[in-house]
Amino acid sequence: MQVAITVNGVVHERDVDPRTLLVHFLREELDLTGTKIGCDTSQCGACTVHLDGKVLKSCTLLAVQADGAEVTTIEGLAENGEHHPMQTAFWENHGLQCGYCTPGMIMASAAFVRDNPGASEGEIRHYLEGNICRCTGYHNIVKAVKQVADAAAGA
Amino acid sequence: MWPNKFDYVRAGSVDEALSSITDDGKFLAGGHSLLPVMKLRLDAPEQLVDIGRIPELQGISANGGLTIGAGATHDAIATSADVQAMCGALASACGQVGDQGVRNFGTLGGNIAHADPASDPPTVLVAVGASVNIQGAGGSRSVGAGDFFVDLFETALDDGELITSVSVPDLSDHQSAYVKFPHPASRYAIVGVCVALKMNDDGSCDHAHVAVGGATVKAVRCSSAEAALAGTTVDDAAVNAAAEAVKSDISEWLAGDIAYPESYRQQMAGVFLKRAVAVAQG
Ligand SMILES: Cc1cc2nc3c(=O)[nH]c(=O)nc-3n(C[C@H](O)[C@H](O)[C@H](O)COP(=O)(O)OP(=O)(O)OC[C@H]3O[C@@H](n4cnc5c(N)ncnc54)[C@H](O)[C@@H]3O)c2cc1C
Ligand code: FES
Ligand code: FES
Repeated sequence: MQVAITVNGVVHERDVDPRTLLVHFLREELDLTGTKIGCDTSQCGACTVHLDGKVLKSCTLLAVQADGAEVTTIEGLAENGEHHPMQTAFWENHGLQCGYCTPGMIMASAAFVRDNPGASEGEIRHYLEGNICRCTGYHNIVKAVKQVADAAAGA
Repeated sequence: MWPNKFDYVRAGSVDEALSSITDDGKFLAGGHSLLPVMKLRLDAPEQLVDIGRIPELQGISANGGLTIGAGATHDAIATSADVQAMCGALASACGQVGDQGVRNFGTLGGNIAHADPASDPPTVLVAVGASVNIQGAGGSRSVGAGDFFVDLFETALDDGELITSVSVPDLSDHQSAYVKFPHPASRYAIVGVCVALKMNDDGSCDHAHVAVGGATVKAVRCSSAEAALAGTTVDDAAVNAAAEAVKSDISEWLAGDIAYPESYRQQMAGVFLKRAVAVAQG
């Protein structure tokens, strides 16, 4: 089936098998391998992208369902060569170890802080329940997100 | 993991969805239950009829009660001012589904059609006496939530029938709450309890709605727990009596697994009933 999906600002028209998941479309059709597949069972959040601005686990949606939509992946988060503040904060706080969960963590956190500037540490920890990290123990991830949340609230 | 191969049809209207669906086909809403099931090959429908873009299934309207389109997402319901005002427990239950990604795309229609016993919204719908509006090739009908959920993953839906909306009574004069014990890994309900109390001016309880899910094969209305609260001031003695009563209300429907056996969930239903009453009373 023919689809036209805008990814990171560029329209991509492709003929896809309807069973293609959005994450396959991104990684295999468009070579955007920043988006990871972790659990492949909708639990871990490694595959998190934004679809029309909303957080989505891209292993749990068909590419045909995203026809006509705008998708943002980790590759599209930086603007004009500048890292998104969430990317900078993960860097500064060392919010990662192996880095496998990181694209999903950053995509989820960026949307969360956009919608919840000034979020508390408790709210951040609660929100990130859909994103699993096997390495860090979460402390530096939460520190990074808190830094951006505070800055967004002008604190 | 890839789902099985299937034919894909995108329906633009309810009529188109109903005329397109084949015997081996399934409707696809948010895909947040169906796609995981297909990836694990627990199901392999030969056709998917995508109902995600049908305008008639969208939206939440308030007119003496709520009419919630089958395609309304958990997030839309949780954040709707009308739902918060008329049925706070439903907004709360939808806000406790999974995580934000799931709430952004999973729909109420898909949730109740799937009828996972560990789901959250069904418990509220059964407690408050909501009804499920269904359309099929032969016409439309409405089924009370208590009759809609039949058993584990089993509903009153016939093949090819589509849920169009859910009607929820206006309970803005009730105090309601939904409290769950989330599974530590999956976040699905090990036990979920909904309580809605209608209090009289003199401080007595006119009537109560109580239902339990998660601990049971389907959401179960708990009439003896309701009776234990009605007419009381919802003091400790009444709440303790209701917590005992709820255990017998659910005894024939209990579900369990190796980590959380039936007896444990039954006990927790009483504990979470008390918590739900406390939250409802604010
Ligand atoms: C990681 C994860 C965590 C979750 N945690 C929870 C939780 O804590 N609590 C909870 O309650 N749920 C939870 N869910 C389930 C979630 O609520 C699902 O989104 C929901 O059950 C399905 O809605 P959907 O729109 O995605 O339906 P789909 O997956 O598209 O469809 C599900 C089933 O319903 C049928 N269907 C869909 N719409 C209709 C309709 N209008 N009429 C007739 N049949 C229809 C489909 O044919 C299919 O059989 C979780 C899901 C995931 C992936
Ligand atoms: S790979 Fe999608 S949630 Fe884990
Ligand atoms: S940094 Fe390795 S999984 Fe999170």
